[in-house]
Amino acid sequence: MRSRIGSAAVRAATLLLVLAGLWALWEGYRKLWESTGWTRPFPVNATTLPHLHDIVGALFDPIREGEPLLARYMIDAALFTAKEAAVGFAIGATVGFLLGALIARFGVLQRGVMPYVVASQTIPILALAPIVVVGLGSVSIAGWTPKDWMRVSVIAAYLTFFPVTVNTVRGLRSADPAAVELMQSYAAREWSVFWKLRVPAAMPYLFSAFKVAATASVVGAVIGELPSSIQDGLGGWIINFNQYYALEPENLWAVNLVAAALGISFFLVVVLVEKLVVHRPPERLV
Amino acid sequence: MSANDAVVSARGISKTFGKAGVTALQDIELDVGQGEFISLIGPSGCGKSTLLRVIGDLVEPSSGDILVNGKTARRARLDRDYGMVFQAAVLYDWRTVAKNIALPLELMGFDRSMRAARVRELMHLVELEGFDKHYPWQLSGGMQQRVAIARALSFSPALLLMDEPFGALDEMTRERMNLELLRIWSEIGSTVIFVTHSISEAVFLSTRVVVMSARPGRITSIVPIDLPHPRTFETREDPRFFELVTEVREALHASGADAVEPDA
Repeated sequence: MRSRIGSAAVRAATLLLVLAGLWALWEGYRKLWESTGWTRPFPVNATTLPHLHDIVGALFDPIREGEPLLARYMIDAALFTAKEAAVGFAIGATVGFLLGALIARFGVLQRGVMPYVVASQTIPILALAPIVVVGLGSVSIAGWTPKDWMRVSVIAAYLTFFPVTVNTVRGLRSADPAAVELMQSYAAREWSVFWKLRVPAAMPYLFSAFKVAATASVVGAVIGELPSSIQDGLGGWIINFNQYYALEPENLWAVNLVAAALGISFFLVVVLVEKLVVHRPPERLV
Repeated sequence: MSANDAVVSARGISKTFGKAGVTALQDIELDVGQGEFISLIGPSGCGKSTLLRVIGDLVEPSSGDILVNGKTARRARLDRDYGMVFQAAVLYDWRTVAKNIALPLELMGFDRSMRAARVRELMHLVELEGFDKHYPWQLSGGMQQRVAIARALSFSPALLLMDEPFGALDEMTRERMNLELLRIWSEIGSTVIFVTHSISEAVFLSTRVVVMSARPGRITSIVPIDLPHPRTFETREDPRFFELVTEVREALHASGADAVEPDA
């Protein structure tokens, strides 16, 4: 117990040290470039590289006189984007797993489908997002039209499914051949082999994929908001602050900070679930 | 012994692998009676593991007939007539010891309370009481192999197929496991077919030792072991034990096992 508290303290201290190091690098760079007047790779001033304390400070300034703090708006926007990303992650992970399971089971699909799965990821998401968002805008299922944010979730899902598919294929095939033979010796049905052997054996692979997918889903959600002119999420604020960058550069940096924090939170949720679900010898956790 | 009351009856079993036609087994004739403890011994590449897998219907023979409990090997496998133990324990890392042992019972549709009762019995049999909540990777190699044996015995199969189950253990653990296996065998009264490449292990455990030769894999002789039961640590110091070890060794040499050969 004591050692657990000890190691938590060490980790917290390490985190603080790293943050302090990053702060020192950022501000040191500014100071050096400003004092020497170097202009490469770019001149340093309050617009190109605001002070870190100004960026954090921007969060705690009202966006206009008499209005709430920027942080208030950021929390709402982050929650909105988080909803899009979480739904996208769920769809992407499900589709990715099912596709991976089919490919792992039916070898023909490996050659037939996998190239298209790979090709799907070579299309720049910015080129695809408007097509999906606008295209799905006219879709209605039995009189029900998906809400705008759901279309953004589709973009997030598009970025999510790929790592999950690839790792599902690898993971399901990673079961020890002797363990498969053992299941045969019990005359186990294929369905049992899948659920009781292949899926558990794939768990470390799946969680590696979920970690990549979790952060990708946040990126997908932010990008998906751009062409759909959704104003409620982080993407909307990014567009907005982009236009005023010359005047208030620290605002854009502040949104970026919030977006990064959201991505990290998604990642940490996956790590937490993995700790609860996967029981493995510690060194075999991927 | 007639083929009818044999637990395993193999007639003219041959097995060739691949297009090159490597002959792993040739004309195997073997009858195993109820309650016997049979060891298959031979140099690597003699097909002893293949023969075990043919009996267990994990490998299909190229020709010949095999009956297990009077049925085809396939039927016997589907009827879950045998339990299998490999050289590696092949335990599922994500299951506790108790859940590993219960795995075959789960697949066979036993309900929770029956599984729990059976697991308790088996934990006692293999002397692992108190370890039910442990995970496999928290156990030593010998304990892991005991879990694998308990798992194989969980559904009380009439036949136990063991492929060098103690091959990865150190000598001391191995001898202790040999004694435990004999104790379990005498308690449950099932038939055992045991693959090994240790002469003393084969002699110590078996009622008969089947000696095989490589390329092609054939049975060259069968040595009956008349050491009294129950066997103990002292059995290994019995002059008769040494005579039998010598007999098996000479049978192996006569079969060409000492010829220089690459690893198969």
